[in-house]
Amino acid sequence: MQDKQFDYLGMSLQLAAIDEVNQTYFAHCARHDFHLQACNACRLLHYPPSAGCPWCGGAAQTWTRVQGQGTVYSYSEVVQAIQPGFKPHTPYLVLLVELDEQRGKPSEHEALRVFGNLVMPDGQLASPEAVAQVGIGSRVRMVYTDIGEGFSIPQWTLDLDTPQPEPWRY
Amino acid sequence: MSEFRYVTDQLSVAPQISLADLAAAAAQGFRLVINNRPDGEDPAQPTSAEVEAAARAAGLDYAYIPVRGGPTPEQVAAVKVAHSEHASNNPKALYKKRVTVDDVLASRMICKPLHLLDCCTESDNATALIVTSAARARDCRQHPVLIESVVGRCSKPRTDNHFQHGPITLTAGHYGREILWRNAGVLPEDIDITGSYDAFTFTTLMQLEDYGFCRKGEGGDYVSNGTIRLGGKRPNNTSGGHLCEGYTHGISMVIENVRQLRHDVDDGCPMGPDGRRVHTHDYREGGCRQVKDPQLTANLGWHSPGTGSAMVLRRA
Repeated sequence: MQDKQFDYLGMSLQLAAIDEVNQTYFAHCARHDFHLQACNACRLLHYPPSAGCPWCGGAAQTWTRVQGQGTVYSYSEVVQAIQPGFKPHTPYLVLLVELDEQRGKPSEHEALRVFGNLVMPDGQLASPEAVAQVGIGSRVRMVYTDIGEGFSIPQWTLDLDTPQPEPWRY
Repeated sequence: MSEFRYVTDQLSVAPQISLADLAAAAAQGFRLVINNRPDGEDPAQPTSAEVEAAARAAGLDYAYIPVRGGPTPEQVAAVKVAHSEHASNNPKALYKKRVTVDDVLASRMICKPLHLLDCCTESDNATALIVTSAARARDCRQHPVLIESVVGRCSKPRTDNHFQHGPITLTAGHYGREILWRNAGVLPEDIDITGSYDAFTFTTLMQLEDYGFCRKGEGGDYVSNGTIRLGGKRPNNTSGGHLCEGYTHGISMVIENVRQLRHDVDDGCPMGPDGRRVHTHDYREGGCRQVKDPQLTANLGWHSPGTGSAMVLRRA
């Protein structure tokens, strides 16, 4: 593996060669094939990727394909962008999405909650009209923003194939 | 007569019942009444104690589990209002101007639901605390302040990302308070002044709830009913805190509580012949910020929602 560096809306994104966990995570994302680690001891998946299992402390993990569908658990609507490259896209949403997979495990309050921006199906940051439609409870599916050769960011877009509940918005 | 709406064979629900409904419920075979309405929402509603008495008289078991809504933006803004009043009496504060709830809500949105005035600013500064033995402290020029209890970097049951582990409405303080109050041998109601981490207005609410100064869900009321203002029952961040005095990652609130416990806060009060201020306890703008004779303070620290530290100090 080697150090990788990409530019995303003027931000420098770096993946160090030594960061084997994130190198593998983003290699799957680059193929638009979402994977998380499942613990070899307790079998539970976790997010974000890490060297150990947060549920049982196990160190041995197996990369496992995960369906990218879920429900918005919480969100923040950013009105004032800090990064200049994001300013033309305000307001934009940061979504915390609870995956359908492993929801309610190991306890009723726990789940795989995956961050991402709300984007259009092509991976570009969502339009103001789309932002106004999404809130807590919205059904979303994973799509990718392709940043460069071998690097994509997993993101979320409104899932138009399923009924949408009336979302809660501030 | 209220309607008991069938949900399952084990459960029915009703809007506000009257005391006469309880005998009817017992006659229909119900065994337990769960009251989810907080007392005092409507002057016409029976209190929990009245409902319980009528339920017991009818042979029913009773549980009171009040469910409240979250805080309103106006209540959250009250944190900034109180801290700005305190800062106006702190000559060293960065933002000394008093603001109103309307000022907070009219300031521009940064990141919903936080307005500009719900946020602190980054500031350059330096702070230091000198900790020594109690014996040596008694030999120093300043009145000593004793550390009664410390919670050092207490975390939720799992230490990685707070947002993965529930319930996310409970922050580190919910777990740290078991250590804090037991070690101190005092309870929240014994505390004269609190110092909360207020990088944002809402963090103060969550800490005050989770450390037990009010019940969960009542933080909005607690911070907006006058309790946390100078002159109130338990002022919070009397220096103005991070929202107004300046951002120091929590440590300036410890320094402020030490000043308060020495009864020697630096404010707008006149200097006495011994070189110490004569505190007027007049908390109007530009005036006093010394609390009257405080003996115990609590500092509530916040590393992240899932990890925090806390401390109780006592005037020697």
